[in-house]
Parts: sequence; structure tokens; C-alpha cells
Amino acid sequence: MVSKGKSKEVAKVEGKPAGIKGREIMLITGNHAASYAVKASRVQVVSAYPITPQSPVVEKLSEFIEDGEMDARMIRVESEQSAMASLISASTTGVRVFTATSSHGLLFMHEQLAWAAGTRLPIVMCIVTRAIGAPWSVWTDHQDAVSQRDTGWMQIFCEDNQEIYDTVIEAFKIAEDERVYLPVAVCFDGYILSHTIMPVELLSQAEVDKFLPPFKSHLMISKSMDDPIGLNPVTVPDPREGFPAYMELRHRMQQALERSIAVMEEAEGQFGKLSGRNHGGAVRGYRLDDADVAIVGMGSCSSQAKTAIEALRASGIKAGVLTVRLFRPFPKQRVRDALKHVSTVVVFDRDVAYGLEGALCAETKVALYNAPKPPYIHGFIVGLGGRDFTTDHVIQGTKMVVAMAKNKEIHDETTWLGLMEGE
Amino acid sequence: MEGTSITRADELPEEELMLAGNRSCAGCSMSLIYRMALKALGKDTILTVPASCLTVLHGLYHKTSVALNVIHTTFETTAASASGIVAALEVLGLDKKITVVGFAGDGGTSDIGIQGLSGAAERNTNFIYACYDNEMYSNTGTQRSGQTPYMAYTTTTPHGKIEHKKNIPMIMLAHNIPYIATACASYPLDVYNKFKRAKQFKGTRYIHLLAPCPPGWGFQTEETIEVGKLAVKTGIFPVYEIIDGKMLLSKESEPCLDPKKRSPVADYMKRQSRFKHVSQQHIDTYQEYVNGQWDFISKML
Repeated sequence: MVSKGKSKEVAKVEGKPAGIKGREIMLITGNHAASYAVKASRVQVVSAYPITPQSPVVEKLSEFIEDGEMDARMIRVESEQSAMASLISASTTGVRVFTATSSHGLLFMHEQLAWAAGTRLPIVMCIVTRAIGAPWSVWTDHQDAVSQRDTGWMQIFCEDNQEIYDTVIEAFKIAEDERVYLPVAVCFDGYILSHTIMPVELLSQAEVDKFLPPFKSHLMISKSMDDPIGLNPVTVPDPREGFPAYMELRHRMQQALERSIAVMEEAEGQFGKLSGRNHGGAVRGYRLDDADVAIVGMGSCSSQAKTAIEALRASGIKAGVLTVRLFRPFPKQRVRDALKHVSTVVVFDRDVAYGLEGALCAETKVALYNAPKPPYIHGFIVGLGGRDFTTDHVIQGTKMVVAMAKNKEIHDETTWLGLMEGE
Repeated sequence: MEGTSITRADELPEEELMLAGNRSCAGCSMSLIYRMALKALGKDTILTVPASCLTVLHGLYHKTSVALNVIHTTFETTAASASGIVAALEVLGLDKKITVVGFAGDGGTSDIGIQGLSGAAERNTNFIYACYDNEMYSNTGTQRSGQTPYMAYTTTTPHGKIEHKKNIPMIMLAHNIPYIATACASYPLDVYNKFKRAKQFKGTRYIHLLAPCPPGWGFQTEETIEVGKLAVKTGIFPVYEIIDGKMLLSKESEPCLDPKKRSPVADYMKRQSRFKHVSQQHIDTYQEYVNGQWDFISKML
């Protein structure tokens, strides 16, 4: 039954009790999995602007707040730029905050993303990935998230709705760790996950509360009105009187990003003990241990790759999949370790670092450059603007790369799969 | 103005929240406005300030000349930043104790920041927005803004601006907010009283403050107060309050209701080098514009 006057995207499903007391299993979309995680994380201020395919995340949160299920304020801002700007100041004032966006909304936030990271604020945002215009496309690819990679945010990609729920809760834990204090984006494919219903096990509130203590941050100015600060004034090029300057502060931000990989894994470990689910940390292997060929992807690219493994192995190619969950900071050592035994790497990118190649392919090459025995690597551009990326594409691309690897062929130009004939 | 108004400087609170020895220019009226505003606002205030001359006044890391919490924000996000502070204080139950104030320049208000300001006002966000108006992008070297007046020289209008000033208080009036005021730095007690008054309201309150700028407008640093007074006496800058939609002319502007009591705009223009290239025809056009502005005001009273 569709509940009257509420978000019409999904039929309201009564939660089914799970095996463990206080938990329930719900059939929900990826968007609503995010909303339930935000509620469970006791977020205090949400500020957001509508954009497809993100909107149901915030519609559901509006219901929670207005129905009194969630003790929070919702700022219905007039733009994404204002959404992030308001969260920066709300977080600074001393509360846990959240937003969600997609595509052009994310690009409109760009300046604020840099400001949030530079201020070292533990803000969590869902990026429901969608193509970037022009021309208009409302469908998925990873161009929006990937284009924000240099802002200083952590970026974690998800493959299913349970992972979205779990990762959003973990994201607050990681962001609010004093070794990190950085904003975290939880990214998942528009429509493929955002609008697809899957069973998701929700933890009990008591379990989440145990994992995620009340909000704390290095900036909570409402609690220190008698000891005021001037936050983010003008800095000068060089340190003065023992105080750091811009360059030192940026160095600390990069160090925090470098530290965050271990913190993320630690948080995953704790969450795994609590929930019985572990998503693998920064990277996750699928039939990779005995593989000779590794297929690397994020989000929907990696899930699609898994569907091709059986067929590839039947045809004599010993393939496995490496899912990159953490795109920023890029887990170079984890990628290098995971791929140390393979001879060939195939990367599928749903994005282009225009003028170079797929962003994930370029990063993977960087990670492997100093490996003792670097494998042969080639990448493909697939699935832009919602174009289907199929099992056949995975098989076709992997076979191409295995053949290219034999001759150590160097292709500086990009290879695109799934284009119209004659293109 | 009734109630809490003060009429003498010795009635001002002694405590200085804008400290002596800041980085604003000699003769800067923004710093005078700010000093008065912070005295009126008091210690239980969180400020948010965008890129502007005021950022300069606040000082270079790691020292500041302001003894209040301030969140520096990007150029266009003053009102959005304030919205976030307000929401956080509401959820923490501190919104009645702490006043939230956005303090921005004219460019940050009427040009790049108007979207966020309009959004925050439409939501009737519980904060005070103050715009100190020096009629140009002074901090970046005096370029034209939407608040630059007719025929004023700026570095991007080398032959004078062709358009008139944008009327932001009237745009704010269209948002049905509870309190709007204009004030001029040359009348510091009026500035103080209007901030005090604004504090008494809940919802979005907007104060527009004329801030004569010696290097930007082209007058001597000791003439700031005099030039500002001329802006009021000529009727170029009307000083008033609008409370729940009803306009109340402040006493400084009352004489201007009578066209004969208005000083000619030429008296104001000739004091500033930004108008030194103007012809009689330009002066006449500006005078007509000011007269029209007063026809409008007299209908609003």
C-alpha cells in the first residue's frame, strides 16, 4: 500500500523481525536505506535541495522529522550551495549533519565541499551518482562523484542497499574520529540502487547508539561561547609565532586522509562485530585469491563484473573482481596488495577524467607503478549517462585485454564499450 | 524610536567587542558601524561573515580584533551559513539565548549573495542580516556592484555607472519579514538603536547600512561622517524602519519629506572624486531619481 501524502516512490513495507532482537528486515530502495541509516545515526540537522535521483532520501527524512520519529531540523534551502554552506555552519555550531545530492547539485556544491574539508568537518553526504550535462541526462554514471575527488572528502562507493545502510552509519563514525575529522561522501548508483528495492536489515537503535556515540567534533562553538574563536580567517603564506599557515593546515588535511584508511578499516571491524556484516574495508575481493586476471570497478561496475566471472573462468580466463570501495583517499597499498599476484588488470570506469582516461584506471595505475611486478593494465569507458553496462561487455573487454597483454600493447587512447555501430 | 533607544554616547555599553587596532582603512565607516552593532548585540552572539572588507577587519590568522565567535564563510553564503547556525541552536535549545547575525558587504548581499538571502528570508530564518553598503567591491579594489549609484566611477565603470542603485530593502520588504531598517554610519547612535531594536524581533531582520568609503569614493579620511550626513540630508539615502510592513521614517530623514528642505544632490556629488566627471545633465538625472524615490516613500508612510 502506498501511504497517502508521502513519498510515492515505494510502497510502505511493514518491517519483518530479523533473527536478532530489535532488528527488522525491510524491503526498501537504496535511497530509503540511506534515510533509515541517517535516522538511526541521530542526525540533528538535515539541509537539502531536490534533485533526481536523490530526492527520496530527503523526502523520507522529512517524513521522519515531521512525524516526530527523528529529533532533527530540516532546512529546505534554495540551492545545493546553500545546503552545504548551512551544514558547514551547523556542524561548526556543534551538531551532527547530513545531506544528499546528485549530479549538477553536487557540482553546484563544489566550492562548499572544499570549504567543508578545509574546515575538517565531520559532515556526511550521500551522492546518488548521475551523469553531468551538457546535454541533460538523469541516469547513472560516476562522473559527478569522481569530479569532486580533489576537494578533500572521503568517498566510499556502495554495491547494494545493505551496504548503503551500513556505510552511512560507519561514515559518521569515521568522520567523527579525531584522527580523521573529514567529511565523508557515501556514493551509490542512481536508479540501479537508488530506486531498486532490496531486503535491508536495520539494526536496533540501541545497537547503533552503542556503535556511534553522541556527536563530537573539534569545533562546537555553541559550547564555548565564553572562549570565542574566529574560524577560517585569512592566512598568510608563512607560519608566524609558532602558528601554522595555509600550507601546514593543508598538509594536516592530507595526513588525515592518509590516516583515514586504517580508521575506516577499524570502524568496519567494529561494525562487523556488531552487525555480523563486513564489507571489506577500503577494497573487497571476489574470487580474487586464485585469479590471474583482476577486473577492477566501483559500484555498479563491480557488481556487473561479478556476473561475468563464471563465464570467463569457463572460457579459460581465471578472473576475479576487485571492488574499490574507498575512492578517496585512494587506498594505494591495499590495491597493490590485492593485485600483487595477478598478471593482468582490466578496469571498467563509468566516468572519464577527460583528456586522460577513466579515473579509476588512472588511479589503479598509480597504485601499481611501484609494485615489484606491475601487471599489464588496460581500462574501458562504459555505461555513461545510464547506458547499459552488461555481462557481455565485461567478457568482451576482459578477453580483449588478455590478448593485448600477451603482446604488451600500449594504447594511449581510451577504449569505449557499448557505443552505437559506426561510432 | 521608542523603548530602548539611547540618545547620548555615554549611554552606550562600555564593553568593546570590536577591539582597538584592527586592519580597516583610516576613516573606514564600516568599522564604526561594526563597533556600534556589536555593542548592541552583546556577547551572546554568533557572527558569520563572508569575503569582504569585514574579513580584513577581523584580522589575519592567528590574531583577531573581534571578541565574538565568528564563522567566516564564502562570498555568497552569509544567509545560508546563518541558517545552519540557527538550525543547530534550535536543535540544541540555545536559540533564545544566542543571537545569530550575518554581516556582509553590498556585493555579498545584493549581487552574489541575494539567492541565499532571499531563501533564508523566505524561510523567515531567525537571524539578523546586516549589509554594510560602501557601494562597490571595495575589498577587491573598488569595482562596480549592484549598489553602486548612478554615474559613480569605479574601476569597472571608468566613465561612471549608467544604472541606478538596486533597492535591496524594498526587495526584503517583499519577503514579509518582521523588521527592516536603514541607517547611516554618520549617525552611530541610530545604528546602535536599530540593532537593539532588531534584537527584539524573531524571524529574519534586515538592516541596510550606508558605509562611506574614503579610498573608494574619493574623499579625505576625516570627511567620512560629513559625507555620510550629506547622503542622508540630500535624501539620497533615506533612513527608516519598516516594522511588520509599516514604514517609520527616522528623525534624520524627516526633513527630506519636504522637497525644499532636501540639500541638492550636487552638494553630495561634488565632495567625492568618483563623481568628478559628471555633467549638469547627470546631476539633474540623479536629482530627479532622488525626488522620485521620495515620492515613493511619502506614499509608503
